[in-house]
Amino acid sequence: MTTTATAHDVQHAPAPAGGGWRLLYRGSLLRAVWMTPLFAGIGFGLVVLARWAGGWHPILLTEPLVLVSGLVAAPVGFLAGIGAFDYWVYYALGFPTRAEDHSGHGARSWKDYFRVNTDHKVIGVQYLVTTVFFFIAGGLLAMLVRAELAKPGIQYFDTQTYNGLFSVHAALMIFLFVIPAFAGLANFVVPLMLGAADMAFPRLNALSFWLLPIAGIMMLASFAMPGGAFACGWTGYATLCSQHQPIGAIFFNQGVQWAGASSIMTALNFLVTIITMRAPGMTFWRMPLLVWANFTTSLLVVIATPFIAGSQFFSMFDHVMHTSFFDPVGGGYPLGYQHIFWFYSHPAVYIMMLPGFGITSEVISVFSRKPIFGYRLMALSLLAIVVLGFSVWAHHMFVSGMASWIRVPMMVTTLLIAIPTGIKVFSWLATLWEGKLHFRTPMLFALGFISMFVIGGLSGVMLGAVPIDIHVSQTYFIVAHIHYVLFGGSVFTIFAGMYYWFPKMTGRMYDERLGKLHFWLTFVSFNLTFFPMHILGTEGMPRRVADYLPRFADLNMFISLASFALGASTIVFLYNMVTSWRSGEIAPANPWRGMTLEWQVTSPPPVFNFDEIPQVVGSPYEYGVPGAQHAVIAPSRSREVEQEKVPV
Amino acid sequence: MRRGSIVTLVLIGMIAGGIATAVALLLPWLPHPASREAGRIDFVFWFVIAICIAIFAIVVSAMVYSIVRFRAAPDDLEDGPPIHGHTGLEITWTLIPAVLVTAIAIVCGIVLSRNDAQGSDALRVNVWTQQFTFTFVYPDAKNVTSTELRLPEGRSVELYLRSKDVIHSMWVPQFGQKIDAVPGLVTHLHITPDRLGTYPLECTELCGLGHSTMRSQAVVMTPKAFDTWLRGQERALPQSSTKG
Repeated sequence: MTTTATAHDVQHAPAPAGGGWRLLYRGSLLRAVWMTPLFAGIGFGLVVLARWAGGWHPILLTEPLVLVSGLVAAPVGFLAGIGAFDYWVYYALGFPTRAEDHSGHGARSWKDYFRVNTDHKVIGVQYLVTTVFFFIAGGLLAMLVRAELAKPGIQYFDTQTYNGLFSVHAALMIFLFVIPAFAGLANFVVPLMLGAADMAFPRLNALSFWLLPIAGIMMLASFAMPGGAFACGWTGYATLCSQHQPIGAIFFNQGVQWAGASSIMTALNFLVTIITMRAPGMTFWRMPLLVWANFTTSLLVVIATPFIAGSQFFSMFDHVMHTSFFDPVGGGYPLGYQHIFWFYSHPAVYIMMLPGFGITSEVISVFSRKPIFGYRLMALSLLAIVVLGFSVWAHHMFVSGMASWIRVPMMVTTLLIAIPTGIKVFSWLATLWEGKLHFRTPMLFALGFISMFVIGGLSGVMLGAVPIDIHVSQTYFIVAHIHYVLFGGSVFTIFAGMYYWFPKMTGRMYDERLGKLHFWLTFVSFNLTFFPMHILGTEGMPRRVADYLPRFADLNMFISLASFALGASTIVFLYNMVTSWRSGEIAPANPWRGMTLEWQVTSPPPVFNFDEIPQVVGSPYEYGVPGAQHAVIAPSRSREVEQEKVPV
Repeated sequence: MRRGSIVTLVLIGMIAGGIATAVALLLPWLPHPASREAGRIDFVFWFVIAICIAIFAIVVSAMVYSIVRFRAAPDDLEDGPPIHGHTGLEITWTLIPAVLVTAIAIVCGIVLSRNDAQGSDALRVNVWTQQFTFTFVYPDAKNVTSTELRLPEGRSVELYLRSKDVIHSMWVPQFGQKIDAVPGLVTHLHITPDRLGTYPLECTELCGLGHSTMRSQAVVMTPKAFDTWLRGQERALPQSSTKG
C-alpha cells in the first residue's frame, strides 16, 4: 500500500506518541479492549440492580442480561474505547477541542486503517475490506446450505443449524455486504466526484463505519449461543421469530439496529454532502449519475430504515419482555410485523440497486467513450423509483392473508416500476450503440449486470403479477429471482465498482487477465447455480427447507456443484485484489481516461483531495465532444506529490 | 442506421428469442394443473412469459450486436460520437413498457377476480395448522377430521385456514393457489379441483425446525367416491364430536 504524504499533511500529523501506560487511555483498539468489558459489566450491573430493586426473580435472567450487557452496553463501550465519541465528549464536557484538528485524517501506515479515521477515503477502504470479509463469511454459509441440499434427506446439519445457516447468510449478505459495500464505494468516490475535500461530517462518517463490525460480529456470534443462531429467516416474521426462537433471535434484532444506525448516519452524511458541498459550477444537472444514485439511495435509507428498526424493536420486546405487539393472544397482529418490515425492506431492494445503477452508468459511459444516453431521464427515473418504491411493499404479502383488495393496487404500482427501470436499461444499451467499446473488467461486470438484471427484472414482473405470485411465492422461484437481482444485479455492480476504482483507491492497477477470468467464472457459474432454481420453484419446491421431495434431487445436486464453482471463483478475485494491492503496476492518475473529477487527481488522491477547488464548467460525460471539459482545476502540486510518493 | 445492421439485429434477436422460447417450452416449468384456478394461473404465466421473451430478445440483440460491432482496438484512443439522447426513442421506450404492463395488470385483475369468485354449492373445509401438521375438518359433515385433504372433482371448495402457533402456508402446486395461515386470523382459499389424482400438499412458510417435514396430500376423488368416503368417516365418528 502506498500513500502520499506532503508537507501539508505533516502539519496535521498526530502528536508524537507518548509511551507506556498512556497508551491505555488514548482512543484506540487497545483502549477498546478494556472499555468494552467495563461497559458490559456496567450493563450487567444495571440489569441486576433493576431486577433486585423491582423484586423480579430470577435476578440473573439470561435474556435481559445478554441484551443489555452484551448487545447494547458492550458495543457502546467498544465505540467509546476506540475513540469514536472522543471529540463530542470533550466538547460536551467543556474540554478544549480543536475544530481544525486533522490528526484523524489520512493513512500513513496500515495502522491508520485500524483506528477511528475521519478521512472519507480511508473509511471507504475500511468499509470495503470489512464488507468483503462478511461477503466471504456469508458465501461460506451459503455453500454449507448447498452442501446440505445436494441430496434429499438430512445429511450434515440438524434443522436448527440449517435454518440458522440460511438466515445468517441472508442477513450478512444484505446488511453487512451489499448495503455497506455500496456505502463504502460511495464514501470513497462521492466527495471526489463533487470536488469536495471530504464528507460533510467526517466524525459521523467514522462512527458509521465502526458500527458495522459490531453488527456483523453480533450476527455471526449468534451461532455460539445456546439453542443456536437465529433461525427464522432474514425476514424474521412474527410470531416465529418473536416468540418461538432461542436467544439467537435477539442477536439478529440488535444486529439490524447497529447496521441500520450505520446506514442512516451515512445516508444523512451523503445527503448533506451532496446538497451543500458541491464544487462551484456543479449544479444538480452536472452531477455524475453515481452521485445522483447515492443521493436517491440516501433518501430511501433515511425515510425507510427507521421502519425496520421499529419492527425489530417490537419483535425483540415480544421476545424478551413478553409484550404483545405481534402476539394475537395478547391482542397483537402478526401481519403488522410484515407490513412494517416490508415498508423498509422493499425500498431496501432499491437501496441495494440504485448505487449499482450509478456505477453502471459511470462504467458504461467511460468504456463506450460516449456521453450517457438521456442523462436527465436517467436521473429522473432514479427519483421515480424512489417515489414508487414506497408504494409497493405489500407485493411481498400477496399470499400473507392480508385484506385481499390491497393486492391489485400494489400490483399496479409494482408493474409501474418496470417503466423507469426499463428506461435505464434501454438508455445503457443506447449508450453502447456506435461507441468505442473497451472490454476491461469493470465493463464486463457492467454488461454482465445489465443482462442478468434484465432476467431478474423480468422475473420480477412475473412476481408482480398476482396470480403468478400466488403460485410461486415462497418457492425457489423467489430464491432465483432475488439472486438474479441481488447477485447478478448488486454484486456484479459492486465488482464493477471495485475494479473500476481500484487504481484510484490503491494507486496500483489490478491484474486484467485475472479480472477477466474472475468475471467469466462468476458469470457462468452464477447462471448455472441460479437459473435452474426458477424451475425448482415453479415445479413445487418451497424455499427454506432442509429436505425436499426425491424428484428434485438431480437438479439440486447440479445447483450445489455449480454453487461450489461460484464460491471458488471468489478466490480469483481475492488473490487479484491482495497481490495487486501489494505489488501491482503503479496506476496513473487517470487510467480509464474518465472525465469525472476523481480521475483529475493523483492515484491515490492527496489527503484533502484537491489542492485547488475545481471549477465545474460542463457535463461529466462529454466524450467525443471536441474541447469539452467537465471541470477546470488550477495546476496543482499533484506533480510534485507524485515524486514524493512514500511507500509504506 | 444501415439496412444491413437492422437485418443483423433482427437476426440476433430471433436467435435469442428462439433460445429463450426453447427454454420456456422444452423444460418442465409448471406442474400439470389439477384445478381450474391453476389453469388460469398457467395462462397468465405464459402470457407474461411471451412478453418477457420479446423484451429479452430485444435487449440481447442490441447488446450482442454492440459488443461485436462496436469493439474498439486496445490502442484506439478515439471517442465515440457525442450522442446525448433522442427524445423520440426515449418516449418510445417509456410508452411501450407502459402499455405492456397495463395489459399485464388487466389480465391479472380479471384472472384474480375469477379465481377468487366462489362457486355455488361450495364445499367448506376448515384447515387447522400447527407445528408441523395439517388437520382438515369438514364442518358440513359433522366435523369429520382428516390428515389428508380429500376433495371431490369439479366442485368449488372454500378452505378456511387457522393457525395454532406461528404462520404456516398451504400449497398444492397442482392447484396453483396458496395462502398463509396466520395466528389470530381466518384466511381463505378458493379451489375448484378438476383432475383426479393425489398431489403433494406442503407448508411453504418457514414455521420452525420441522418446516420441511410439514407435508400432507391432496386427494381429488370422483364426487361419488368422495361422498362414500365422507359418509364412512361420519359413521366412524363418536356421537359427541363437536370439533371444528
